[in-house]
Amino acid sequence: MILVTVGAQMPFDRMTRAVDAWAGERGRRDVFAQIGETDFRPQHLEWTPFLEPEEFRARVEGADILVAHAGMGSILTALQAGKPILVMPRRGDLRETRNDHQVATAKRFLEMGRVEVAFDEDELKQKLDKLDALRAAGTISAWASPELLGAIRDFINAEGPVGPTSRRNEGVR
Amino acid sequence: MAKRKNILAVASGGGHWVQLLRLRPAFEGRRVAFVTVRDSYRADVGDVPFYVINDATRWDKIGLARMCLRLLWIILRERPGVIISTGAAPGYFALRFGKLLGARTIWLDSIANVEQMSMTGCLVRRHADLWLTQWPHLAASDAPPVVDGLRPACLGAVL
Repeated sequence: MILVTVGAQMPFDRMTRAVDAWAGERGRRDVFAQIGETDFRPQHLEWTPFLEPEEFRARVEGADILVAHAGMGSILTALQAGKPILVMPRRGDLRETRNDHQVATAKRFLEMGRVEVAFDEDELKQKLDKLDALRAAGTISAWASPELLGAIRDFINAEGPVGPTSRRNEGVR
Repeated sequence: MAKRKNILAVASGGGHWVQLLRLRPAFEGRRVAFVTVRDSYRADVGDVPFYVINDATRWDKIGLARMCLRLLWIILRERPGVIISTGAAPGYFALRFGKLLGARTIWLDSIANVEQMSMTGCLVRRHADLWLTQWPHLAASDAPPVVDGLRPACLGAVL
C-alpha cells in the first residue's frame, strides 16, 4: 500500500496529479491519497481531503511506503514509523508554499540519507517506478536528541535570573 | 523565591506540532499545558490541559486579534513559569505576552528552516530567553547574524 499525503495546510495538486497519472499508467490499485481541499478529483486513487491524526497514524502503520510533500510533519511521522518516504518539495515560485524552504529541507534530508526526493513530476514518476526497492532509513526514536532535551530541562530547572547564565539569549555578536 | 516551573507548550499545526511532541521528555515531572490549532491533536497528549486557538497568518488581522486575545486569556489562566514554542505565529505571540507577564521563554525554530531562521524566529528574538535553531551551520561563528547582529544558538535537534 502506498500512502500519499500533502499535509493539512493546503493541497498540492502538482504532486497529486502526477501520482494519479502514474497509478493510471501502471494500473496500480493500492494507492491511498490525502489530497487537501481541492477541485482536482483523482481517477486512479482512493482519496480523502483530510486525515485526523489517529487515522493518519493508522494509515502510516498500514502503508509500505509514503509519498509526501517535503513537510516536517510528514517526514518525521514516516521516520518515527520506520517507513521509507519519497518527498516532492513544494515550490515558492508556483505559490505552493510561501518560499522554497521545502526544497532546502528536501536537499538536506536527502544528504542525510533520511528521505528519497523527487524535485519535479517527471522525477516523481521515475522514482515511483522504483518505489518497491526503496528501503527505510531506519526507525528514529519518538523523542528529540538527548542534547536538546537536556538543554531544555536545564533551562526549565534553572533558578538564575533568566535561565542558565551561559545559555542566556545565546545569540552571539 | 523559587521560580514557577509549570510549562506552556505552544505550536501551530503539522510539523510544528510534531516537533513540539518530540520535546515532551524535557517536561517530565512538571505541569504542562498544550496550546495548538486543532482539536484532534488532543489525542496526541492524553489527559493534560489542552487549549485550541484559531490559526492565523500575518495577513489576517482579525484572525490575529482573536488568536491574541485567546492566548492572553490562556496565559493569564495558566500563569506558566516557562513558555516554549516550535512556531509559528501562535508561538510568537505566546512568547511576547508570556515575557510581559514574567515567564521565561524558549523559541525552537523548526527544523524545516535549513537555510535561514524563519521570519517569525527572527521577529521573536527579543522575547526569547533561549533562542534556538536546530542547524549547527546557522549557529556557527561564520554564519551571518540574522537579527540585531546576533545569531541563534544550536543545542541539538528534534531528531
